[in-house]
Amino acid sequence: MPESVTPLDGAVCSGFVTINDAGLAGMILLRADLDDTDVVSALKGAGIEPPGTGELAGELGNGALWMSPDELMILCAHDEAEATVATLKEALGGLHALVANVSDARAVFRLSGEGPAVREVLAKLSPADLRQNSFPPGRVRRTRLAQVPAAFWFAGDDEAVLICFRSVAGYVLDLLSKVATPGSEVGHF
Amino acid sequence: MSRRLPKGGRLIDRSRPLGFSFNGKEMRGYSGDTLASALLGRGQVLMGRSFKYHRPRGVVTSGPEEPNALVGLGRDGSFEPNVRATTTELFEGLEARSQNHWPSLEHDVGAINSVLSRFLPSGFYYKTFLWPRAFWKHVYEPAIRLSAGLGKPPKRRDADHYEHFNITTDILVIGGGISGIAAASAAAKTGVDVLLVEQASTWGGRAPVDGVRIDGLSAEEWAGTTLKSLQSMPNVRMRSRTTGVGVHDHGYVLLHERLNDHAPDHSVPRHRLWKVRAGQVVAATGAIERPLSFSGNDRPGCMLASAVRDYVVNYGVTPGERTVILTNNDDAYRTGLALREAGLGVPAILDTRQEATGPLAKAARDAGLTVRFGCGIAGIVGRDRVERVQVCSQDGDGEVIDEIQADCVAMSGGWSPAVHLWCHAGGKLSWNDEQAHFVPDRARPPTGANGVTMMQVAGTANGAMHAGAALESAHAAGVSAGQALGMGRSGKPDRAPEGEDEVHHPMEPVWLVPARAPYSRRAKSWLDFQNDVKVSDIELAAREGYESVEHAKRYTTLGMATDQGKLSNINGLAILSRELGAPIEEVGTTTFRPPYVPVTMGAIAGEARGELFQPVRKTPIHEWHDANGAHWEPVGHWRRPYAYPMQDESVHEAVKREVQATRSGVGLLDASTLGKLVVKGPDAGRFLDMLYTNMMSTLKPGKCRYGLMCSENGFLVDDGVVARLDDDTWLCHTTSGGADRIHASMEEWLQTEWWNWKAYVANVTEQFAQIGVAGPRSRDVLNALGPTTDLGKEALPFMAWTDGALGNVPVRIFRISFSGELSFEIAAPSGQGQALWNRLLEAGKPFGITPYGTEALHVMRAEKGFIMIGDETDGTVIPQDLGLHWAISKGKDDFLGKRAQEREHMADPLRWRLVGLETLDGSVLPDGAYAADKGVNANGQRRTQGRVTSTYYSPTLDRGIAMGLVERGPDRMGEILEFPAIDGEPVRARIVSPVFHDPDGERQNA
Repeated sequence: MPESVTPLDGAVCSGFVTINDAGLAGMILLRADLDDTDVVSALKGAGIEPPGTGELAGELGNGALWMSPDELMILCAHDEAEATVATLKEALGGLHALVANVSDARAVFRLSGEGPAVREVLAKLSPADLRQNSFPPGRVRRTRLAQVPAAFWFAGDDEAVLICFRSVAGYVLDLLSKVATPGSEVGHF
Repeated sequence: MSRRLPKGGRLIDRSRPLGFSFNGKEMRGYSGDTLASALLGRGQVLMGRSFKYHRPRGVVTSGPEEPNALVGLGRDGSFEPNVRATTTELFEGLEARSQNHWPSLEHDVGAINSVLSRFLPSGFYYKTFLWPRAFWKHVYEPAIRLSAGLGKPPKRRDADHYEHFNITTDILVIGGGISGIAAASAAAKTGVDVLLVEQASTWGGRAPVDGVRIDGLSAEEWAGTTLKSLQSMPNVRMRSRTTGVGVHDHGYVLLHERLNDHAPDHSVPRHRLWKVRAGQVVAATGAIERPLSFSGNDRPGCMLASAVRDYVVNYGVTPGERTVILTNNDDAYRTGLALREAGLGVPAILDTRQEATGPLAKAARDAGLTVRFGCGIAGIVGRDRVERVQVCSQDGDGEVIDEIQADCVAMSGGWSPAVHLWCHAGGKLSWNDEQAHFVPDRARPPTGANGVTMMQVAGTANGAMHAGAALESAHAAGVSAGQALGMGRSGKPDRAPEGEDEVHHPMEPVWLVPARAPYSRRAKSWLDFQNDVKVSDIELAAREGYESVEHAKRYTTLGMATDQGKLSNINGLAILSRELGAPIEEVGTTTFRPPYVPVTMGAIAGEARGELFQPVRKTPIHEWHDANGAHWEPVGHWRRPYAYPMQDESVHEAVKREVQATRSGVGLLDASTLGKLVVKGPDAGRFLDMLYTNMMSTLKPGKCRYGLMCSENGFLVDDGVVARLDDDTWLCHTTSGGADRIHASMEEWLQTEWWNWKAYVANVTEQFAQIGVAGPRSRDVLNALGPTTDLGKEALPFMAWTDGALGNVPVRIFRISFSGELSFEIAAPSGQGQALWNRLLEAGKPFGITPYGTEALHVMRAEKGFIMIGDETDGTVIPQDLGLHWAISKGKDDFLGKRAQEREHMADPLRWRLVGLETLDGSVLPDGAYAADKGVNANGQRRTQGRVTSTYYSPTLDRGIAMGLVERGPDRMGEILEFPAIDGEPVRARIVSPVFHDPDGERQNA
């Protein structure tokens, strides 16, 4: 099997925030009734702890993102995604659910900078409330970045992971690089 | 003559001189100057020409309300027109040019309009240039456009860049004067997040100039101390050079920050547009002084009284040596005192009132200033500059009592609170008789999402015209804002800062000086300096029936253009109310709309320019296309290869080669942009049966079916191949541009109408690269890559699909065809799309495999008579028009569009329906051409009976082919239609079947 490539192909960009290609990541879309106890126990049986509303459980490579009241994104290793899909399908059995491997549908960025630098860069592009108290590590936001949809969460106080659709990876990289231009720090947060 | 004073100027630094130029003339000012103060410091009072009459105009104000002193700033990529000199901070090398004159500011040919002003009354465009009709477009309008107007648009691309910034805050305080600072202070103590913004570079507003004292300190000292303590609070943020320009619904506020207009630097953003979501907004926007309407009040040297003292106190410049003050209130006495303190001449304070007993008036008298009560100004002597002031009785008709030598008039007609922001989001106003101004009506505030007040007003913006009352009001506004957010209800209430509160003698509303000025004087009494609207113009408008203030505004242009009537609104509507005999509050104001002051287009665009203007969506194979000479075509936000011209090959030749190579051998297409939606669940089949016109629930797993989707109104909106993946899972392909729209529509139906149906949808469009391999040798190419499944005719027949691997890449192979050839579409994970493409190219080499673009795809589908959404459809076409009856289920009770398609008009036999069109001479019909019919319609236009929807040169048939919609088309096979061409003879074409190639479909079934 040929090696999978990421849309960013290892791109790195340094401004007052450093933007990295986070590499291949396993992402599995799950749609199901997350209030259904059978669904929840099936997920737990498959080793997945469902995150609370608007939250992230675990981390990139091993975790789950809350995407909507009936949608999760399961995070795993890229080469384990198909096997995880199979495990999930089996665990869910006859329950009404949709499971799909979407590991190649998105680009994943890692943003890091000093102090609130990453929050500032995101706030230049997204309408989300990025105040530390409103958006601490462990929470995830589906929002927009300039003209495209995106989602992000903080992996630490000064580091964020951002995902967007694969086709606009270049646009998002250009956007982030532009607004991270040294000298354009806002000093707000 | 205006000049720099030997000392003084609280905002300037005399140790830091700065060089700048005005109309090419080198000048010097100081750090801290505005362009206006620096020009005044160099004796330059004349700063521009008016819009209509080209009258010489000097600076009137010291702030953002300035109507006259507009300049073109910078050059080339940094040029900006209509910049207010009063808010432009001086920097080394600043270049400014005055506007709206030719050949020079001092000698302007257009000033002839001023002489002709009798013949250019309000509405003169509509009255004068009606006849002869054709002259408007070719003679009058070009001439008027040449003579009227302010700045010229920039000719170069903007050299700067801009950005947006989104924040959420609990409380936003707009205005950094003493009221804003007091409000922010009170709000901050409740513990919520506070953002305080100020439009200028300095804090404290005009209180320091007016000598206000707070808690025993000067306003400047108090502001400094308070700001310092605010700065130390973690919940407070402050930003200067940031203007609140618009308050929108639900506490959404736009701020315009100017980062480096005072020190240009192209490497960082010039402006930043803040998009603030605030829980509560506090407007501490102050008030704007009103001019007085007297004959000649637009002469350079006539200024607002507050501006005169601002220039003296803040910048150490004086607009004149001898200043006459004209006022109807006590506040303007401050100007007399400030001028006297600076050692300048104040020959008289003309007070329209009969007496003034307040402390300011007393101080003026104590300082030895001459106060003349009951007096006004009959007229100004002087052309480019005030030379003498003609004094008259305010009660009279302008009989001149005496003349005073003066070069400056400081006028004050009272103050109007800056209620703009309050009104933007729906706040209402009430009229205050005592102060003769509109104030925010607290009973009718702008409300937030919960129906509760989202805005407070603080200080002079709230009509509290003196420091003491203003600070109390501001403190209360800050506390209320905190309380509205549920904070600060408990604990010891903090006290408001105490401002020294002078008792003022009541002001007197004066709308015309003198009260009984005759027409000749009213016709020289300016209301709107920027747009040349005089008292007589508003009176004329009223007489002509423009009774609504909105109509009067549009008829006379009062309050239009860059200053939006900040000085003229109230004066204008007072004149209108007098003329109509209705009280001012009944006449009302015109609508206050954002932005409060002009915002640069760059700030609005933010990062969205150049490469970032719009997102470009790229398929996993995009880079290969780019490296291989793709001629691009935009499809939605996608870029798709239109064709791949080789060296010396035209695009047309490339398309021809690609079609022929595919028809005779094998072609390769990047079809990754196709929408791919997975629909799964026990009710998925039932759901799809509602969305598609045909039956999808009966499709067998492993099979594909072409389907049509219609809107509720029956019109065809999308099409594509549906594959059934397993018992309860379907994969729906949509058009490239339709994926997001159809996905959203599926979600909408599931969430709002059929919420209890068990079906989930997932948009997996970008998970897969999809590659079309088409042509008689396509199977050979696939077989060369060692497929893990049998791709033979029996194992994988037409309209079937299979999973497997191809060249070691995990794939799903669909046997579907849009070209009419034996054809496969192969989906692989996007991350391996390029690898699969490479392997197919390699394996296809012996068969002459040829990548083809969207145009070859279009030509081949048209040769087969396949429709294209967007070509054969335009939102008014139903499937029946396109002969697609076979794809409309007769057996289903319902589907979206079914009932609509049964309406009379949809079943009309005269509807235009799809046919093929074959030109008699083999030429290609013009796209979109109409087929002419006999006679004319009600508008005298030639009747039509059909139109071309798709038209191409067919390399396969070596002739032009077209599809079109024609009245009763399919019933008229063989008839000849005439298509008038834009130039030359009409093109004649025969109605034929739309299937031009392989009508029996033998090639795709191979």
